[in-house]
Amino acid sequence: MAGNLRALRRRIRSTQSTKKIFSAQELIAGARIVRAQARVEASKPYAREITRVLSALAGSASLDHPLLTERQDARRAAVLVITSDRGFAGSYNVNVLRRTEELLSLLRQEGKEPVLYVVGRKGETYYSFRNRPVAETFTGFSEQPNYTDAQRVGEQLIAAFTAGEDDDETGAGADGVLGVDELHIVYTEFRSLLAQVPVAKRMAPLEVEEVEEFDYEREDRESGVTTGDSGVPTSYEFEPSPDALLDALLPKYVTTRIFAAMLESAASESASRRRAMKSASDNAEELAKNLSRQANQARQAEITQEISEIVGGADALVSAGADD
Amino acid sequence: MATLHVELVAVERMIWSGEANMVVARTTEGELGVLPGHAPLLGQLAEGGVVTVRTVEGEDMVVAAHGGFLSVTDRGVSILAETAEISSEIDVERAREALRRAEEAGDDPDALAAARRAQSRLRAAGQDA
Repeated sequence: MAGNLRALRRRIRSTQSTKKIFSAQELIAGARIVRAQARVEASKPYAREITRVLSALAGSASLDHPLLTERQDARRAAVLVITSDRGFAGSYNVNVLRRTEELLSLLRQEGKEPVLYVVGRKGETYYSFRNRPVAETFTGFSEQPNYTDAQRVGEQLIAAFTAGEDDDETGAGADGVLGVDELHIVYTEFRSLLAQVPVAKRMAPLEVEEVEEFDYEREDRESGVTTGDSGVPTSYEFEPSPDALLDALLPKYVTTRIFAAMLESAASESASRRRAMKSASDNAEELAKNLSRQANQARQAEITQEISEIVGGADALVSAGADD
Repeated sequence: MATLHVELVAVERMIWSGEANMVVARTTEGELGVLPGHAPLLGQLAEGGVVTVRTVEGEDMVVAAHGGFLSVTDRGVSILAETAEISSEIDVERAREALRRAEEAGDDPDALAAARRAQSRLRAAGQDA
C-alpha cells in the first residue's frame, strides 16, 4: 500500500514538470505566431508589386519564356514540401505530408515521375525512414525563414527546371543533367489561428495572376481618374528589353512565391504547435488532478488501516490483560 | 506642384513610402531620373546600384538597393529590391568590414555578390568604395 502511494506521488511530480514544459512551449509558440503573422503581412507589398510589374510585362514581352510555356510531354515533376524542423506541432506535419502523398499519386497517374525537394527535418526523416529518394533537403530555418533561404531553394528548383528543358524519353538531353518539367509546392496555408490548411500549388510553368491589375482599373473608373485610353494596357518603356527583364524577373517571382509559402508555413507551424501544446498541458493538468485524487485515497486508506491495526492491537492487549 | 508617390519595397518589408519630387536610379542600361509625369517605365536596377529619392521636403534619401526593379506608372514609382537599406541606417563600419571579408574570400560568385552589396552600401552612405 505504501509503495503504491509513493509511486503515485512520483507520477504526479513528473506530470507536473512535463506540464511546465508544455505550457512554456505554448507561450513561445504564441509569441512566434504574432511575429510570423507580422512577417507574412510585411512581405505582401513586395509580392503585390512584383505581380503588378509582371502582369505589365506579360502584356508586352513575347511569352515564350521557359518558365511560362507548358511542356508537351512533361515526364518529371518536382514537388517542394515544406515541413517543420521540430515536432511538438500536433498534426501539422502529418497533414502536409498526407497532402503531398495525394499530389504524388496524382502526378504518377498522369504519367509523371515525381522528384521530391524537402524543407524541414520532419519531412526529411519521414522520407528517409521510408527509403524514398529525395533530390534535396533544406533544414534549419522552418520557424524563421529568411529570404536567402528561399533564394537557395528557388535557385535549385529553377536550375532543375531549366535543365529539364531538353530532356527526352531516353533521359537527360544535351546538357547531360536530368531536370524536371514542372514545379509544384505543398505548404500549409495560414487561414486563421484555428484553421491551417495544407495546399498544393503549381509554380511552374506559371500563370501570371493579373487580378491586381484589373482591380486597379476598376478603382480608377470608380474614382473618375482617367488613365489614358481605357481598356488598352499602358504602354511601358523597358530598360533593358522586355525579354531580358522577364528573364530577370521570373526567377525572382518564383522565389517570392516560395518565400511567401515558407512564411505562411512558419505561421501555421507555430499556430499548430500552440494548439497542440495547449491541449497537452490541459491533459497533463487533468492527469495530475486524477492522480492526486488517487493518491489522497491511498493515503486515507493507509491511515484507516493503521488506525484499525492500532485499535486491533490495543483490543488484543486489553483482552489479554483481562484474562490474567 | 505635382509630386511622385514613391514606394520602396524590399522582400521582407515595405521600407519607405511617401511623396517625392524626383527619383534618380541606375538601371542596367544607364542612369536615369524620374520626374512627375514620367512615361510608364520598367527597368532592372544595376547590381550594387544606388537609388536617390528627393523627397518633397527637399532632402535626398539615398538607398542601397540590391537585385531590384524600378517601375514607373502614372500612379507613382515603385522600387522593388531583394534587400534595400536607407543611407541613414547603414552601418559604415560593418559595410567596410563586409567588403574586406568579401574581397578576401576570393572569386567565387557568392563573395563577388557580397562585395557588390557592400560597395553599394558604402556608396549610398556617401563613402568611397
